[in-house]
Amino acid sequence: MAASDRLGPRALEAQAVLGQVENRPGVPKPDPILVADDVVRRFGGLAAVDVEHVEVQRGSITALIGPNGAGKTTVFNLLTGFDTPDSGDWTFNGRKLAGVAPYKVARLGMVRTFQLTKALSRLTVLDNMRLGATSQRGEKIWASWLPFLWRSQEEEITTRARGLLDRFSMLPKEADFAGSLSGGQRKLLEMARALMVGPELIMLDEPMAGVNPALTQSLLQHIKGIREEGATVLFVEHDMDMVHDISDWVIVMAQGRIIAEGPPGVVMKDPSVIDAYLGAHHTKALTDSGESLTTSPGGEQ
Amino acid sequence: MDLGFVFGQSITQAIGVTAIIYCLAAMGVNMQFGYTGLLNFGQVAFVAVGAYSVGVIVVTLGLTLWLAIPISIFASVVLALVLGIPTLRLRADYLAIVTIAASEIVRQLVRSIALRDVLGGANGINGKMGQEFHDLNPFPADFELPFLTYTRQDLWVVIVGWALIAVLTLLIWLLVRSPWGRVIKGIREDENAVVSLGKNTYVYKMQALILGGLLGTLGGVIWAVAKQSVQPDNFVPDVTFFAYTIVLLGGAARVFGPIIGAIIFWFLLVFVGEFLNQAIQAGWLDFLEPTDIGPIRFILVGIGLMSLMIFRPQGIFGDKKELALDGR
Repeated sequence: MAASDRLGPRALEAQAVLGQVENRPGVPKPDPILVADDVVRRFGGLAAVDVEHVEVQRGSITALIGPNGAGKTTVFNLLTGFDTPDSGDWTFNGRKLAGVAPYKVARLGMVRTFQLTKALSRLTVLDNMRLGATSQRGEKIWASWLPFLWRSQEEEITTRARGLLDRFSMLPKEADFAGSLSGGQRKLLEMARALMVGPELIMLDEPMAGVNPALTQSLLQHIKGIREEGATVLFVEHDMDMVHDISDWVIVMAQGRIIAEGPPGVVMKDPSVIDAYLGAHHTKALTDSGESLTTSPGGEQ
Repeated sequence: MDLGFVFGQSITQAIGVTAIIYCLAAMGVNMQFGYTGLLNFGQVAFVAVGAYSVGVIVVTLGLTLWLAIPISIFASVVLALVLGIPTLRLRADYLAIVTIAASEIVRQLVRSIALRDVLGGANGINGKMGQEFHDLNPFPADFELPFLTYTRQDLWVVIVGWALIAVLTLLIWLLVRSPWGRVIKGIREDENAVVSLGKNTYVYKMQALILGGLLGTLGGVIWAVAKQSVQPDNFVPDVTFFAYTIVLLGGAARVFGPIIGAIIFWFLLVFVGEFLNQAIQAGWLDFLEPTDIGPIRFILVGIGLMSLMIFRPQGIFGDKKELALDGR
């Protein structure tokens, strides 16, 4: 693979370890950072998510893929506490997370981004970044009146924020309102802001959605860089080229279940994955299927 | 037509007792709505709590004002907790619904017949309130300048009131530019994003609600002390909406917004009222009766405020660039 000469030591290590792992749904991994068991979320009668068992290998870049409505974002919401499952248990670093408030999940080191970017529009780019830092003394209401208590920490945070912005080539924008950024820049900002929390596991929900191709390459490099610095990355993505390029392991969901797991090259050739994406009848012409327009109720004559 | 009198009245009222009360209520709304994005439509309930705490403690129970003030603060915090605990975990609109209902509940409660012995029913509570405060008045006589006239008593309230506002504005300024202020502004923009960064937003929203409520309550305390009378029908939802108008007029999330907003709002309201009054007396507007002035001045001021929102939607201190960014 041409890309392999760009791989860092942690990438090679993760790929070597995962190369030993069987390619089947729910397979155990040697050193999982995240383990989920029997996580079920129903919306009415529909089981939007029904995951029997899944593990995410520490130090890996794992992609979570699947057709629209497969339940990928719901899994993110459930695991990070933004939504509550009907049943199920999951652990992060061995710590049970069921019922833990989302802000506590983030503090434990499991930080997510959102599919619809949540840049804090009327805050400057730099303030967006600073907000990500945890354990800030100045965030206590009484301490805000005593700046000498937090000024030095604020300077450290600002230095760290500028460092990250520089890495993401956003430093010239630091004084701009986040709302004035382009879609791609917002994605970058959101990722950089999540890094301010100091995550062990960063969960990116469609980091490439709406990003122009010119930015895509640099975003990919940033995600690889995050892993080389020691974090684990779990991301949802539709862009198969991207998944192929950066992920060590791919988990495929369809209709709420995990239907396949494995390295990207293997998974994408899996017939059940191709079926899930394109439908079992994708070789037939559309007019042959039972869902043609003319048979729908109230259809045109 | 005595334009001098019209101006004098307008200026006197624009920096007078009522403007101070509304300024404090608006500072609270600015904290809650402007900075944190909380839609508290029941700010008048916090004002009523302040005024009635003084009325009950001082007149009904015959105790000192210095006891009434801490009790009013305590009651205000309790009210904020009662409103906030069930609603702040829910979506923003629920707080709006609950608070506007709560403010009417408070008003109906204080005017109820069952509690007339304590709260005075529909007549409210009238009598000497805050004598201790007025005893400290260093001014020997009423105050009269060509455009500015206050009774000795009002002058003392006005000076203490604006001094209090100055101190509170400084405290709020420190608060909103601290990391704490950054968190609440973040919550206003997108609460889930702030949660995803490890902040317990519920606590911050509660703090902002309590703080904003306290500012309204201080306005209520000044109301009772200055006017020596609290009546249930003073505390209609209009007060809340005037406070919002003042905030938007001055510019939301601007430290000086409520101050300038309150001054301009009362100047306009009094100016239009007095001007119409003079014009009717001078026989210029024969088709109007003096009783029409009340509604008409609100219509005219309303038109003025609408034009402001059209031509300067960010308010006086606001930044148009900032407003153009979609908050969500």
